[in-house]
Amino acid sequence: MSDRLESREKVTGAARYAYEHPLENPAYAAAVQSTVAKGEILEVHADAALRIPGVLTVLSCENAPHLHEVANGELAVFQSRTVAYRGQFVAAVIAETLDIAREAARHVRVDYVSEPFDVLLSADDPRLYKPDKVNPAFPADTEQGDPEGAFAGSAVRVDATYTTPAEHNNPMEPHTTAAQWNDDGTLTLYDSTQGASLVQDTIAQVFGLDRTHVRVIARHVGGGFGSKGTPRPNVVLAAMAAGAVGRPVKFAVPRQQMFATTGYRTPTIQRFRLGADADGTLNSIIHEVFEQSSTVTEFAEQTATPTRVMYRAGNRRTAHRLVRLDVPTPSWMRAPGETPGMFAQESAMDELAVAAGVDPVELRIRNDTDREPDSGLPFSSRNLVACLREGADRFGWEHRDPAPGVRREGRKLVGTGVAASTYPAYLRPNKATARAEEDGTFTVRIAAADIGTGARTALTLIAAEALKADADRVTVEIGDSALPQASVAGGSAGTASWGTAVVRACESLLGKMNGSVPPGGLEASADTAEEIRARDAYARHAFGAQFCEVEVDADTGEVRVRRMLGVFAAGRIINAKTARSQFIGGMTMGIGMALMEESAMDPEFGDYVNRDLAQYHVPACADVRDIDAAWVEESDPHLNPMGAKGIGEIGIVGAAAAVANAVHHATGVRVRDLPITPARLLPLL
Amino acid sequence: MDSEATPVHAEIALVVNGTEHRLRVDTRASLLDTLREDLGLTGSKKGCDHGQCGACTVLLDGRRANACLALAVAHDGAEVVTVEGLARDGRLSPLQEAFIEHDGFQCGYCTPGQLCSATAVLDEADRGWPSAVTEDLTADPVLDDDEIRERMSGNLCRCGAYTGIVKAVREAARETETDGARA
Ligand code: FES
Ligand code: FES
Repeated sequence: MSDRLESREKVTGAARYAYEHPLENPAYAAAVQSTVAKGEILEVHADAALRIPGVLTVLSCENAPHLHEVANGELAVFQSRTVAYRGQFVAAVIAETLDIAREAARHVRVDYVSEPFDVLLSADDPRLYKPDKVNPAFPADTEQGDPEGAFAGSAVRVDATYTTPAEHNNPMEPHTTAAQWNDDGTLTLYDSTQGASLVQDTIAQVFGLDRTHVRVIARHVGGGFGSKGTPRPNVVLAAMAAGAVGRPVKFAVPRQQMFATTGYRTPTIQRFRLGADADGTLNSIIHEVFEQSSTVTEFAEQTATPTRVMYRAGNRRTAHRLVRLDVPTPSWMRAPGETPGMFAQESAMDELAVAAGVDPVELRIRNDTDREPDSGLPFSSRNLVACLREGADRFGWEHRDPAPGVRREGRKLVGTGVAASTYPAYLRPNKATARAEEDGTFTVRIAAADIGTGARTALTLIAAEALKADADRVTVEIGDSALPQASVAGGSAGTASWGTAVVRACESLLGKMNGSVPPGGLEASADTAEEIRARDAYARHAFGAQFCEVEVDADTGEVRVRRMLGVFAAGRIINAKTARSQFIGGMTMGIGMALMEESAMDPEFGDYVNRDLAQYHVPACADVRDIDAAWVEESDPHLNPMGAKGIGEIGIVGAAAAVANAVHHATGVRVRDLPITPARLLPLL
Repeated sequence: MDSEATPVHAEIALVVNGTEHRLRVDTRASLLDTLREDLGLTGSKKGCDHGQCGACTVLLDGRRANACLALAVAHDGAEVVTVEGLARDGRLSPLQEAFIEHDGFQCGYCTPGQLCSATAVLDEADRGWPSAVTEDLTADPVLDDDEIRERMSGNLCRCGAYTGIVKAVREAARETETDGARA
């Protein structure tokens, strides 16, 4: 169990994030956002801004250099006069100081022709369509057996519609880029990103450069939760600005501007049907999802995919329908797909438990499956039942009275709930090098990212084990695209994917060394692409069970989580200390999802209105009381050399359902629309 | 162009982590930007620039304050302690040690603010200042978990490191108490 290796830097303020690298004579950018939700830019009036002393230039569609087109249309910064959503970047001021840039940005006037727009998701929108695939490459629809018929013929039925709102990742460090064009025409970016190699590739394409001419450095990253998994307009804007003024330019997206320009979780509307025998044995599962994307880029969240994994039933249908609205483009947010999808599924399972009179833990055990229902593949390992049993035991579930709304302590109504969790165990191709010196030290290099996950520490432990060396003799270098190419810190695939390359490079090095290191040292490298292609077919997923106790103030409708326990089965846990923090961090975000997080769309002007941290509430210290995570031993030989599954996302999956189910148990009120705010709950009490 | 857009500058002095600096600042500049951009003290973080997250918390004349809400020009002559000033001669403070011990952070971006805030919390409790959850306003407050959570709620941590933070502050509070008893 290890402390984070960069702990000392982080507690002394020495750790440098993207904005903080010393640059020679930097200039500062401030962006101007569109004030219409849809339309065309007629003219950008920059003269007033340009007259302010200290302003270097103003960039917009009227003078921006031509960029090359890439798949993500959000990166076509200032390339067109078309406005796709309110809040889109339409101009930027570059100035000597941030205060001047910010002031001058207020003096840039943009004339638009405004057009009628539509920003509201609804399940009966005639423009809803079936996307070719949902992220990253799953079919939009699946069907087995006769789901409608089996549902109609079932003794116990649940048919309910659940909604989840738009939510914003809100990492504490805003999306930030410091860009510098070097004398030799190469570009250096200090970027707040989850994947230096991906930013390198994408930005090279955008600016028509060879990838080796772009270097992306991200030694410390202040969280991302998916929103920094793919480059956002801020990177392009900063690089373009630095080119325009011939100086390094720093650009951190102000918190308020993040809501339109750095991604968010799509709102969802989900109809969920469960048909079961009288004892709760499932016959039919039908999950229909409605969600949004922008007119800029199709982003199809894979919301129903966990429904293809969780429970046994002979008849099943899952479907995704998407509508393109005049909204910012949704993007990755912690466990995209699983998080909203499992809120619906695990709420529906709780409703089924009530309807069938079966204990909700027992109901899930009863419907467990040893093959992935959708593919028919065996699981590489599946310990959902062990998590449920272990969790029930630790939480004290055994003597729970199922009757809802009957436990009152003064003003408080008290209840408990359970929900299951799942997340895929992905493995992505990576490269790494390992180097031995004569003095017995080792250096391992890979362009991985530590966004707070503890990756640097975990990879060091993994490398030390592979090298059969003490961890203090091993240095792992990450966070720089000049290192061997790596996949992003996303999809909970980081440690597993990078770790595999690290292990292979270390093994290869040990083989070469054959017990000794020649003068000048020795190096070996690895590329895991082939190994990953050759893997056996298994369904690989982590599972978990979350238990929650809430108290609901009967007079105010305020819900507080008294205690929460997550038990997970995620393969081998590499570093218990940082793993626990990852699980708990995910569960904490799940409390936010359940009780407070909601980005409200303004139908009048077309933008998320509550765009700051005073109005978009995330859990604060006082919201998180007794919360703990544990895990069951799981040994799985079909994963990777470490036997590890990802742990960064599963903690949020099911968490909101566990809270909502506990609220039902406490009050007898079933809230199907998140978040469960006093305003929503009180009228129903 | 309106005339108020033209930068106006002022000379000020700040004592930061014990060192005096004479500076010419834009009168619009926040203390946070002055620390980060002019003095190169980038330990204090900017999470929102609006007093809503606590990432920029510093000790300003001995009390915790959001440096993003303080105009530098309004604090001429002030004493500022940032996260860079919490360790003494390379020795971490008990709070810094406890944050590491209890994994009171993940990405580390809120951490400087948490640490400065927690440093002030210990001091405030020591002076007998109550919080919104203190039952007996006349007794010396005891930093139990509820008190710590309440007093630390101005510092958001999106990574959700609160359990570690609370444990760390609790431990540091005990240490300070025992130190006090010895002294
Ligand atoms: S940056 Fe000052 S409170 Fe957020
Ligand atoms: S450690 Fe990442 S925000 Fe607190």
